[in-house]
This record gives sequence, C-alpha cells and structure tokens, in this order.
Amino acid sequence: MEFISRLVQYIIENYSELLSLSIEHLLMVAYGIGLALVVGVPLGIIAAKFEKLAPVIISLTNILQLIPSLAMLAILMLYLGFGFETIVVGLFLYSLLPIVKNTYVGIKEVDDSIIEAGVGNGMTTLQLLLKIQFPLSIPFLLAGVRLAAVIAISVATLGPYVGAGGLGKEIISGISLQSDVKIYAGTIIATLMAIIADILLGKIEGKTKRRLA
Amino acid sequence: MELLSEYLTYWSEDYSSILEYMYEHILISFTVIILAVAISVPLAIYMTKMKSNKIKSLIFNIANVFQTIPTIAMLAIMIPIMGIGFTPAVVALLLYSLLPLLRNTYSGMESVSSEIIEAAKGMGFSTFQRLFKVELPVAFPYVMSGIRVTAVYIISWTTLAALIGAGGLGDLVLAGIGYNDQYMIFTGTILAIVIAVSLDLVLGRIENIVKRA
Repeated sequence: MEFISRLVQYIIENYSELLSLSIEHLLMVAYGIGLALVVGVPLGIIAAKFEKLAPVIISLTNILQLIPSLAMLAILMLYLGFGFETIVVGLFLYSLLPIVKNTYVGIKEVDDSIIEAGVGNGMTTLQLLLKIQFPLSIPFLLAGVRLAAVIAISVATLGPYVGAGGLGKEIISGISLQSDVKIYAGTIIATLMAIIADILLGKIEGKTKRRLA
Repeated sequence: MELLSEYLTYWSEDYSSILEYMYEHILISFTVIILAVAISVPLAIYMTKMKSNKIKSLIFNIANVFQTIPTIAMLAIMIPIMGIGFTPAVVALLLYSLLPLLRNTYSGMESVSSEIIEAAKGMGFSTFQRLFKVELPVAFPYVMSGIRVTAVYIISWTTLAALIGAGGLGDLVLAGIGYNDQYMIFTGTILAIVIAVSLDLVLGRIENIVKRA
C-alpha cells in the first residue's frame, strides 16, 4: 500500500514531465507507422499484383523482423547517429512486415466473383484496385496497423539507448537509479498506451468490418 | 579487404568473450523455450477440453495483456521483485512467450476435425487414447510451427535481457553502442540471427523426423 501511495505521489509531482515523455513516445510511434503505411501499402499492393515479386517482398520484410530490436537500433545508430530520426527509422522498419503482409493478404482475399463483377462492368485494372480491392482490404490493413502499433510502442521504449526520448527514459533511468517508482511509472504508462492503442484500433477494425459486411 | 582483416583481428582478440556472450544467450533463451513449451502446450491442450468459455477467454486475455506490455518494461518490472540477473530475465521472457504458444497450440488442437474425433470415439477410444493417438498426431504440425515461430522470437527478445544484467549477446550490442564500435554491434546482431535461424532449421528437422515416425 505504501508503495502505491509513493507511486501516485511521484506521478502527480512529475506529471508534466511524464506527459511530455508520453507525447514524445506517441510521436515517434506515429511517425514510424505513418512512414510504414506510406511505403508498406504500395509494397503490399505490388506484391499482390505481381505474384513473382511477392515472395521476395514478403521474405525481405520477414528478415527485418528477425533482427533483434536493440541490434536494429544499434546498427541504424551507426549510420544515422543519435537522435529522433534513428528511432523513427527503426520503428518504420519494424512496422513494415505486418502492414505489407496484411495489405497483401487483404487484396488476395477479395472474392473472385466480386472482381469478375467489376470486370463485367468495364472497370480498368486501376479502377478495380482503387474502387474494389483496396477498400475491401481495409479491415485486414487495420489489423496490421494494430499489430504494428503495439510492436512500435514496445520498441520505442528502447529509444534512450540511441539518444531519443520517450517513456523508455523513465524506465531506463529507473533501472540505473534502482528506483522502483520510476520503473513502475514508466512501465504503467507505456503498457496502458499499448493496451489502449490495441483496443481503439480493434474497435475501428470492427467498425470497418461491419460496414463492409 | 582492410575491413575484413580488421574484423578478423577483432575476432581473434575477443573470441573467448564473444563465445561467452553467445553461451549466455543460448542458456537464457533455451531455458525460456523449454519452460514455455512445458507450460503452454499442456495448458492449451487442457483448454481445448474445457467446457467453460469464460475461463478460456480469461486465460487468453491475461496472456494477451502480458504480450502487450513493452518488452523492456516487462524486464524492468522484474527488478523490484526479483532483482537483476538470470532468473528475472527468464521469468519475464517466459510470461512474454505464453500467448503465441497458447494460441498456436490451441488453434492447432481445434483444427482437428470433429469427424476424426467422432470416428475415434466410435472405435471405442478413451479420452486419453484419443488425445495421444489421434488428436496430438493430427495437430502436431500446427503446434510445432507455433513453437518454431515463438522460439525465433524468444532468441530475438533475449538480447534485451542484457538490460537487466542477465548478459547474452545484448551485452555485446550495448557495449558496441557505448564505444560506437560497429564490429561489436554487428557481431552481436549476426550471432543472434544465426542462433535463431539454426534453431528454426533444427526444429524443422525434428518435425520432419517425428512426422515420418
């Protein structure tokens, strides 16, 4: 009990600093996933349209996922230096797999008879893609974004090792100062962030699914 | 060429410590994998036999929350409870690997078609005979692929165990970040990937041998 009151007191006292760390954390995640969407969705579409390229693209993103997160950030740091950009690029690379894979699967899953109907209506390939295949694959894409968000929030806590901020700062300084409250404050906020992102994106995913059904 | 010879000198100078890091890494990750399989696979099999859906979804939800906690946060939480070193790292990684194993084993067991089970029942098999002679052999490939994927992830996560003083290849990467030494970073990364890939290959072999037997 005494520990909880200490924790609450700590959070109240350092409220503004924790808030700015959280915002920084969210920004890193948002930039990383935004970039991954900009690059990953076209890659997924290319993989779905050109079957020969699909194994290459998917296995490339698979290999990226195999690299341990800390090692990935360390390697990026060698080339990009310390700072915000390094972690954003790291999060981008880490979010790529779920987004590319889910775009690919989503487009592949579109029912053949619907595509036939589109072709019968005289749609061109581009129209087919933009008006039928892509809109129908959005629930899959959102499932990918949801997974990517949870992973990115987790990897972003490693930010301080490569000179970026975020909630990892609180946790890592807690580890080195052996301060329980600092560790728990950072951990609880980061975990809540991941759980809320998971639930919120899950809700949106459910909504688009229902709209299409 | 110069780079290569420099790198070889680095290896010849440091190979004993590199092997030490690698040994620690393998020790931690293999302990986690064995414990995780020993806990999750029987639990998942038991869950498929459970009548109550509430308990099932409760277990899945708990495992899901563990998975959502950022890795480093999970490791950091262990410090106030269990101190630093080998044991807290193993416990944290174990909690982390429960969900993928549970989910894969569960869906593997569920994929056994009810007709096969009915046929076994009709032949007078008892519940245990059915489990060991019918359901497990049929579900084996699914369960095994879940174990393989999780094992690869566990080896990747183990690099983070260095953050709470458990050692392993993460120590090499962290030292590399500290000294800005690319050889250390790359060696740590590549060895982690090599361990993961070779374990995956070995497990694949085992799977084939068991399947044939």
